[in-house]
Amino acid sequence: MTDVQSYLETPSSPNLKGIRAWLLTTDHKRIGILYMISILFWFCIAVTLGLLLRTELMAEGKTLMGSETYNAVFTLHGVIMVFLFIIPGIPAIFGNFLLPIQIGSDDVFFPRLNLLSWYLYIFGGILAVVSLFSGGPPDTGWTFYVPFSIQTESGVTFTVLAAFILGMSSMLTGINFITTIHRLRIKTMGWMQMPLFTWSLYATAWVQLLATPILSITLLLIVAERIFGIGLFDPGRGGDPILYQHLFWMYSHPAVYIMILPAMGVVSEIMPVFSRKAIFGYKAIVSSTLAIAIAGSLVWAHHMFTSGMSDTAVFVFSLLTFVVAIPSAIKVFSWVSTMYKGSILMTPPLFFALCFIYLFSVGGLTGLVLGAAGTNIHVHDTHFVVGHFHFVMFGGAGFAFFAALHFWWPKMFGRMYNFRNAYRAAILITIGFILHYIPMLILGLQGMPRRYYNYLPRFEAGNFFAGIGGFIMVTGIMLMLVNLVQGLRKGAPAVGNPWGGTTLEWSVPSPPPLHNFVDQPSVKSYPYDFTDIIQQQAGSKQV
Amino acid sequence: MNSRTPDKAGVKLGMWLFLYTEIMLFGGLFILYAVYYSKYTGVFIEAGKSLDITIGALNTVILLVSSFTVASAITAVQKKAQRSAITLVGISMVFGVLFLVNKYFEWGHKFEAGIYPGSPDLSDAEAGKSLFFGLYYLITGLHGIHIIIGLILLSISLYFITTKRIHATRFAVLENSGLYWHLVDLIWVFIFPLFYLIL
Repeated sequence: MTDVQSYLETPSSPNLKGIRAWLLTTDHKRIGILYMISILFWFCIAVTLGLLLRTELMAEGKTLMGSETYNAVFTLHGVIMVFLFIIPGIPAIFGNFLLPIQIGSDDVFFPRLNLLSWYLYIFGGILAVVSLFSGGPPDTGWTFYVPFSIQTESGVTFTVLAAFILGMSSMLTGINFITTIHRLRIKTMGWMQMPLFTWSLYATAWVQLLATPILSITLLLIVAERIFGIGLFDPGRGGDPILYQHLFWMYSHPAVYIMILPAMGVVSEIMPVFSRKAIFGYKAIVSSTLAIAIAGSLVWAHHMFTSGMSDTAVFVFSLLTFVVAIPSAIKVFSWVSTMYKGSILMTPPLFFALCFIYLFSVGGLTGLVLGAAGTNIHVHDTHFVVGHFHFVMFGGAGFAFFAALHFWWPKMFGRMYNFRNAYRAAILITIGFILHYIPMLILGLQGMPRRYYNYLPRFEAGNFFAGIGGFIMVTGIMLMLVNLVQGLRKGAPAVGNPWGGTTLEWSVPSPPPLHNFVDQPSVKSYPYDFTDIIQQQAGSKQV
Repeated sequence: MNSRTPDKAGVKLGMWLFLYTEIMLFGGLFILYAVYYSKYTGVFIEAGKSLDITIGALNTVILLVSSFTVASAITAVQKKAQRSAITLVGISMVFGVLFLVNKYFEWGHKFEAGIYPGSPDLSDAEAGKSLFFGLYYLITGLHGIHIIIGLILLSISLYFITTKRIHATRFAVLENSGLYWHLVDLIWVFIFPLFYLIL
């Protein structure tokens, strides 16, 4: 197994050399790596912008930047984090790399379309940069609410087009994944033998298809309004600005599940491996994944309780919001129960996954505070909201992304990393995270609005601590990334199955060869059956 | 990858998923139509009467016939009748262009009458009228763009048929272009009654 040439050494087409072998590749693994480089690039930029924001807010009044720059910075932070990091993050990097291997295939169904998606992603990123220099950086916030987004003179048109292109990229990836799972799954693998990460990608892909076109058309409407001035959202001509919010959230709330479902898939892979125990409630996790995808598409208006809706609508959307909490809770209980009486092996990926469970639960519970129509009125558009969705998006999707990086890094590059530094980074990130976002929840309950440039003196202490937490967190993120990159050069070579995983990606060499499998993959009747792994380890101890 | 045999069902599945996203794209606009229709029913009906039913009906016939010829072209390719396949795709494309020409004149008339997005006439008109014509231009305009994309796809298929890259055992490109063309047709079948008939 060791003398197999890896995908890093074999281009997908033999006549491609050097940089072209990467830029023109149709190999899903290389495209995954391309995504990884570009997504991490944007992630670092958005983290820097976020830190600038929090530094500005650490003291009252102007410290770093003026109020208009501040508006532009929080808009860019949001746009980049949402459209260029979290939405593509786990599906485009790990989905691309692992989905075909997990279902015993040699590539995705449309390899060239896959490459096109990456180019669309890059093009969208470039458009976002262009928007900075065409009439000034966008200052609307990532939600592009009308009427401001139509009236502002900043370069919103290009930002909106960038989001449109990025949506297209994510939609094409979704089409590709659904087709791949349906048509390229190895014949011996039934639906209920699919790994949970694949299941989560499947549900995600459907949400992408269902919701993204609505965002596309809404964004095009903003462009049309800016250019032609039709007045669809202009009350002066009979239009309704609330209708924009409906259309926007019809996509953007399901998009929250596009972000979190793959993250849940990652954690569902990690928990059983390091508990050496079958995942608790495989079928419950599968059905809750689908339930989240379906119910999550029907709750968009809970972002708009104060915008003006009938009481019936508020009641229905509030109720549905609570319904979504049930499948999410099922997952949390399943993960925790998986560990019960397991033989737990502590590793950096598991550590990140455990932090995920804790932070995501806080995020979910604060979400219920927001989903309840009564309390929502009190905390609407305050820092409580900012704290809540960062707990879910960063504490949830972000930590799962870090966990996935540490879990599959050896598989992707064939190298381990320094565990001690990984733990240090994880602890710094988590402590920084809590110090950073808990004050925001409190500030929000005290009434500090979100997106404001300045605040009352009584909010200064909370903002100051949040800033300190931000610096600790960013230090941790830097340490983590440096540690992973150092692992590429100094790390010990990784074996095919360093963690003792049972899904198919662990049955191939690290890094995998071009066509993924050396021998015909053999599918287990149950994907999380650890009997063999435990026996092997017991055997090696006796020897 | 080379060892993999072409999976026609899979290619079609991917195409159907894509068509589904296209329907959702127009769906957003139809939602706007529905909301504003219920809000300004009277204004919508009055404005809708100013559209020319004859041109609309003519365009509907044109598109339906072109869908028929595209479908026949696929059958022709399967029966190895290359010449008739070329003719049929050609006819469909001519129909597509005819549709756009009609649309051009229809829009042109409205422009002359001072009805176009952002025109002074519309801005001063009663609430709802500019919404109706705004939606009219947006929806038919987006549909027109789709016709153009469809024409590009059909011309690629035509080129492939002449160079024999599409033949009786390999016609996924033509079939998918045909599916796309039917979709554009189908969307028009909804646009036509909404703007010309029921008002």
